[in-house]
Amino acid sequence: MSESSALPAPRDLPAGATPEGDAPGLENAKALGLTASEYDLVVEKLGREPVQVELAMFSLMWSEHCSYKHSKKLLGTLPTEGPAIVLGPGENAGAVDVGDGWTVAFKVESHNHPSAVEPFQGAATGVGGILRDIFALGARPIAVLDALRFGEVDGDVPHPSLAAATDATSDGAVPGAASAIEPTSGVGGAGDTATTPAPSIGDDDGESGRRRSRFLLDGAVRGIGHYGNSIGVPNIGGDLYFEGPYETNCLVNAMALGLVREERLIRSAATGVGNVVVLFGAATGADGIGGASVLASAELGEDDASKRPTVQVGDPFEESKLVECSLELLERDLLVSLQDLGAAGLTSAASEMASKGEVGLDLDVALVPRRMEGLEPFEVMVSESQERMLCVVTPDKVDEVIAVTDKWDVHGTAIAVVTDTGSFRIFDGDAFVGDMPIPALVDDCPLYDIFPEKPTASIYPAPPRRIADGLDAGAALLALLGSSNIADRRPLFEQYDSIVQSRTVRRPGQTDAAVLMVPGPASRFSVGGGADAGAGHPSVAPEAGASGDGTSAASGPISGVGVSIDGSGRRVAADPYVGTIWNVLECAANLACVGAEPLGLTNNLNFGNPEKPHIAWQLTEAVRGLGDACRAVGSPVVGGNVSLYNEGTTGPIYPTPVVGMVGKVPDVAVTSPVGFASEGDLVALAGSFAPQLALSELAKLEGGAIPDGLPDWDLERTAAAIAAVRDTVREGRLNSCHDVAEGGLVTALAESALAGGVGATVELSAFAPDDADGRASLFGEAPGGFVVTGSAEALAVLAERTAVTVIGTVGGSALCVRCADQAVNVSLAALSEAHGALARLFA
Amino acid sequence: MRIGVPQFPGSCDEVDALLAAGHVGDAELLWHRDRDLKGVDAIVVPGGFSYGDYLRAGAIAGLSPVMDAIADFARDGGPVLGICNGFQVLCAAGLLPGALLQNQDRRFVLRQVELSVETTDTDWTSAAEPGQLLSIPAKHQSGRWWAPSELHAEIADQDQIVFKYAAGGNFNGSLDDVAGVCNEGRNVVGLMPHPEHAVDALTGSTDGLVLFRSLLEGATNV
Repeated sequence: MSESSALPAPRDLPAGATPEGDAPGLENAKALGLTASEYDLVVEKLGREPVQVELAMFSLMWSEHCSYKHSKKLLGTLPTEGPAIVLGPGENAGAVDVGDGWTVAFKVESHNHPSAVEPFQGAATGVGGILRDIFALGARPIAVLDALRFGEVDGDVPHPSLAAATDATSDGAVPGAASAIEPTSGVGGAGDTATTPAPSIGDDDGESGRRRSRFLLDGAVRGIGHYGNSIGVPNIGGDLYFEGPYETNCLVNAMALGLVREERLIRSAATGVGNVVVLFGAATGADGIGGASVLASAELGEDDASKRPTVQVGDPFEESKLVECSLELLERDLLVSLQDLGAAGLTSAASEMASKGEVGLDLDVALVPRRMEGLEPFEVMVSESQERMLCVVTPDKVDEVIAVTDKWDVHGTAIAVVTDTGSFRIFDGDAFVGDMPIPALVDDCPLYDIFPEKPTASIYPAPPRRIADGLDAGAALLALLGSSNIADRRPLFEQYDSIVQSRTVRRPGQTDAAVLMVPGPASRFSVGGGADAGAGHPSVAPEAGASGDGTSAASGPISGVGVSIDGSGRRVAADPYVGTIWNVLECAANLACVGAEPLGLTNNLNFGNPEKPHIAWQLTEAVRGLGDACRAVGSPVVGGNVSLYNEGTTGPIYPTPVVGMVGKVPDVAVTSPVGFASEGDLVALAGSFAPQLALSELAKLEGGAIPDGLPDWDLERTAAAIAAVRDTVREGRLNSCHDVAEGGLVTALAESALAGGVGATVELSAFAPDDADGRASLFGEAPGGFVVTGSAEALAVLAERTAVTVIGTVGGSALCVRCADQAVNVSLAALSEAHGALARLFA
Repeated sequence: MRIGVPQFPGSCDEVDALLAAGHVGDAELLWHRDRDLKGVDAIVVPGGFSYGDYLRAGAIAGLSPVMDAIADFARDGGPVLGICNGFQVLCAAGLLPGALLQNQDRRFVLRQVELSVETTDTDWTSAAEPGQLLSIPAKHQSGRWWAPSELHAEIADQDQIVFKYAAGGNFNGSLDDVAGVCNEGRNVVGLMPHPEHAVDALTGSTDGLVLFRSLLEGATNV
């Protein structure tokens, strides 16, 4: 493995030499996803028809997944500049300055289609892929979050408690499938899932679809847990929605954060003619061939099981070694640049490195270590085998680099050399098998205009009715708390390790946004190892006089970050512009509850086929809303991902722009929990809040159609309210703080009561627009509202900056709410029982 | 007091263990391929998924060179604490009685649990009170302690059960609610919950510190 005596050298080829082999031709190009005009353009760029390796590489690099050819023009309208931005869009991930020379790198990425085909491995490799983007920058991964969207899992029954009873039996069919995906059975067990038939969709009153959604949920959660738990990166938050349009095209978006000293950020540009390209990590196999073009850039259909060979298999153990190896290589200053292998494998990684460095490459596929025999050169170039990294090294350091890779058992091999030709030349031993100008491969994919057109009628059917109209307020609240979009997420997130690395100050469920110490716990105590102690592996020395009882902690504020990921699709389906603004505001509101001021935002635009006018309209309006909202909350975009063609057999998904935001928390010891904290505290509704029933979860349970459009929104005023709450939290004045989201004000009150284990008595006048009976005030939804508790003085301080209405008092063991004609009087025990409804999905 | 933390490929909580051990002494990592324990006074085998745990939790790590040296260190009476995967490794290496099976519901679970201290007569619990309740997070997929009934009776009889899940807290189905055990020499202790994640009130609790503080008591008693 470590015989590096003969390093790859630039090849001498006779003038006019062309690659060997026949050109597969236009029909094969179409089968790989290229259009006829794109093929003609490839021929023009090459001056001849592409041979097999070239055609495979062009088809991937010019796929939607790699080229963003339908979205690039739109993305250019987003704000990407801000005082905290260290690295904007274009590198493996973005990065923001969090103070004292530390930067946090972060990005969200989707793995939707692989997860719809094989949820365990699809979701697991989604986590693996986003983590590689982070440590490819030289950053130690410190957190993962996930945004999950599935089809409905609840049956059409009148009350959730009844649903729990009936589903307990129908669920019995699922565990048999799920048990084959035991995480600890490792690669072998995981591989078995490829032959496990997933429940298919039939027309038995929707139950088979719901069963399949439960199968996908269970598999995706196990997969995310398996990868993140095994690699020692905490999963600190996420969000989860169940909506019909995701049934045949679920969404699995994973976000990762990493920590690195600013001066240690490494770029991916290949530079220095004569420098050597070293591949390290897993050996290359036939898995994931064509993943980017076949799976990610086309709609899903009926025969998706046959696409399973295009889903990769993840190995978190291999990746954990890759993390440590990569960080050690950087620590020792051995690398010129570093890049992960993700979608489109070696093809994408190598050509993008060469493009950024404006150089050429001579690469010999015969040198690439294989895990199987008989791979064709094009297969080696496009394989998406996981857990591989590529680095550029000066020739004198190759031996040392390979020694470090050997130490971590991720054996490195020199496979290519940087040249001045500007071309990507591929060899198979002595055979010359491909020759492409790097700019043609990376930059010359045609960009397409999309042609937006607002549909004349909603393209989404109304959701099935679950409850009767006009249920009394208490029964409606219980139905909401037990509904899948609102029920307690604990049964899901307790399958994730949220505390490894000792940075997690607020665990999932405790606060609306996750809170991490940054740079980390090491700075809390006297620790050796210098400035890198937080990110590297410190050696630790006891503080002088340490008593061993925790009192040796350094005094003064402990800096950190707040993180949240949000993105309801239903509101965006109603109004792509306003709905997207709501998503950004909700994310900012979650950060405000922990006193976090936005530093930057990453987004994952999950949409249908943009070549269809109504999808183009959704995408265009959503990006416009995203830009306006980012500017209003002061959170520039550091990068993200676009996932198009999310359409299954029943039509497009809800348009789902998922946003992940990172904010600065000056003192992580000063945040406000979701839960009511002390009896006698005043309860107030704060913020700029004008809820309406039309799009609410209550309307959904009542089978209400999605409204056509949402009211115009006073963005600036809501942003100001969010800032006011944030500052008041930072001052330590609020004993609890929870933003009003799905289920409206009364649901938020119930969630705070449950989290705090103490009830409240609340009475208020109807305040929502056109709300005579109080229903919209209690159950209506909109961004910008917060349930806060504290002393009269604390609330008076907040009232100086935003509207504050004192509505009640914390205390007792029930939630009692009165508003116009509405009255709720429910014990905490009954609220708790309803709220626990999700547990049955993981039984 | 110098404390060594062996690092295997696939270890996850080794830095957390270093930080926790740092409350009572100097802590440093030991590499899995080295037999040299660098003269440390105590060992904490950390959590994680050593070597991917692909064969069986802890099985491969139990055969590593560093564990060879740690076994000698333990036989000579040196204090050794195994946490989570470290507990699994010590069982796999034959240094602790019993085995850790998959949780009864076969899922990974993270939960803050209450542990009762069943004996203070070990190198790692001497600073605790008998029956003291400790709030400590547990997070694992294979934490169901099990032993044949004769072995179970024997170690119960010899007061080798060190920690039990408090009433209602045995989420993984461990035999007799056992969360941690010790060897006959009482210098080697293993437990599934993570005391190294309970050393700072800011991140949850400081109840885990008592294990590390016990080391200092042992040192002053010598």
